[in-house]
Amino acid sequence: MSNAIPEITLYARNLTRRFGNQLIIHDLTLELKRGEVLGLLGHNGAGKSTTLQMLTGCLLPDSGEIEICGINLKKNPQLAKAHIGYLPETPPLYKELSVDDYLTFAAYLRGIKKAEVDDALNTAVKRCGLESVRRKIISTLSKGYQQRVGIAQAIIHSPAVIVLDEPTVGLDPAQIRDIRNLIRELGNTSSVILSTHLLHEVESVCDRVEIMQQGRLIYSDSSLRMQHYGEVSGFIISLQNPPPISELQAIPGVTRVEQVSANDFRILHEAVDNPGSRLLAIAAENNWQLAQLTPLHTTLEEVFVKITSDNANLPKRPQGSSPKNIVAPNAPCFERGPQP
Amino acid sequence: MIRLIAMRELRSLFSMPSTWFVLAVLQFIFAWFFLARLEAFLEIQPQLAQLANPPGVTITVAAPLFYTAALLLMMLVPMFTMRLIAEERRNQTLTLLLAAPLSGRHIVLGKFAGLLSFLLIMIISLPLMAYSLALGTHLDGGLLLANCIGLILLTACYVALGLYISSLTTQPLIAAIGALAVLVGLWLADIGAPAAESPWHQFSPLYHFQNFNAGLLDSSDAAYFVLFTAVFLLLTMKRLHNNRVYG
Repeated sequence: MSNAIPEITLYARNLTRRFGNQLIIHDLTLELKRGEVLGLLGHNGAGKSTTLQMLTGCLLPDSGEIEICGINLKKNPQLAKAHIGYLPETPPLYKELSVDDYLTFAAYLRGIKKAEVDDALNTAVKRCGLESVRRKIISTLSKGYQQRVGIAQAIIHSPAVIVLDEPTVGLDPAQIRDIRNLIRELGNTSSVILSTHLLHEVESVCDRVEIMQQGRLIYSDSSLRMQHYGEVSGFIISLQNPPPISELQAIPGVTRVEQVSANDFRILHEAVDNPGSRLLAIAAENNWQLAQLTPLHTTLEEVFVKITSDNANLPKRPQGSSPKNIVAPNAPCFERGPQP
Repeated sequence: MIRLIAMRELRSLFSMPSTWFVLAVLQFIFAWFFLARLEAFLEIQPQLAQLANPPGVTITVAAPLFYTAALLLMMLVPMFTMRLIAEERRNQTLTLLLAAPLSGRHIVLGKFAGLLSFLLIMIISLPLMAYSLALGTHLDGGLLLANCIGLILLTACYVALGLYISSLTTQPLIAAIGALAVLVGLWLADIGAPAAESPWHQFSPLYHFQNFNAGLLDSSDAAYFVLFTAVFLLLTMKRLHNNRVYG
């Protein structure tokens, strides 16, 4: 299956979904390219899980189209679903079976031929690090291993689109790191879409971010660019022998100075003109005894809160327009160095 | 695909100790009842021999054994059908099937076939026990065959109904009680209706089994069983589809 994966693996257009009178998903349009890891980010109840259920055919949208590798999910569900691997919020495990039995069942279920099942099984077990527990009954495994079995069933047929609903929830830090590495690795061959409310997860594994709020996609960009959203340029300095605040204000390029504590100051400046070196020179000259200078770094948390609160006040997006209009074309993906 | 789901169902059943326990207890009850009937038959056999056209061992031992099995299965099948869909829904494993390249038809027929084959393993001992009498006497093969066919059709009915009720809920216990209530209700409608011509009799699967039990192969009884099973299987497929529509 992996040989002929098209450029666009998943395309959802104008999805709408109601539960009773409540509109849960409003006019959602989403596109996933081959080899891309997309993070669907949002508060609890933003509609992430509902969206993923619709993309995997577990829930029918009230209106809108979904195409998996160019196959319409509504008109041709069996063919389209063969290209999807889905890990729901709760891994769908038959806990009375052994890991091998369960994964073999999952492989046959996805239509893998008998001759290829062993290979598929071995590959999935190896990728998910399940070698040591293959013969164990799933109910006896720890939560982390159960989660890995859940991922293994989603990737056993090497699908073009892998949908993971909060894959790292409830795991310990070492397991989270392993699973993130696995997701990155999966992103090399397939497209991955994962929902999460953990921002550092997006930072560490996703190429692109879509933020959902109240059933709408309100922001879409590469995760690198997201960090620069509304970024303020500045730094915090600690001075053992601080001058009056007006002297700091007088340094060319400084736009604003706030006193954080007796010795700490937050200095804001224009993005293009960094007064850092001038400040250092003046500090040395006047014996301010500079102890520390830390550039202000906006965390994804701050960005997320800013984006969601910005959008809560914005007028609703007009019907039918694509959320893609806020994405810069050819947004750079994955050029980041190690995290600070 | 149907076979795959059926095999998975069987594998899960046999991995539970309770299944083996029920299987053992039921075999014990069948054997005990069979021996009790046989003993009674041997006691009254000298008197029977004086009749002009005495009833044979098949109608006095095997037929009541099958009827008892039919009654016991009515109580027992809901205990097995309750898990079929309700438990998958509760454990959220249904998502695996719904997201797999399968249609509702595969899921429903697979589960139906899986449980039915398990129950067939359970009742296979009945014809074997009856057949063991062939060592000492001549058996009425037609009557035995009619009983076997009737019991299989009846079991299929029970499973289809239980499967449908299991698809309506998330709680296996409610599915079990619901299926039991409907089956017992149908049975009570049958035995509670006084007049022989009363239409209430027609609703009960056990009433239609009585003809098979007496060795009478009536196509209308067979049609009732097939229709009953088909209707509930179709309703279950519809219900699974609604799962996608209503969430």
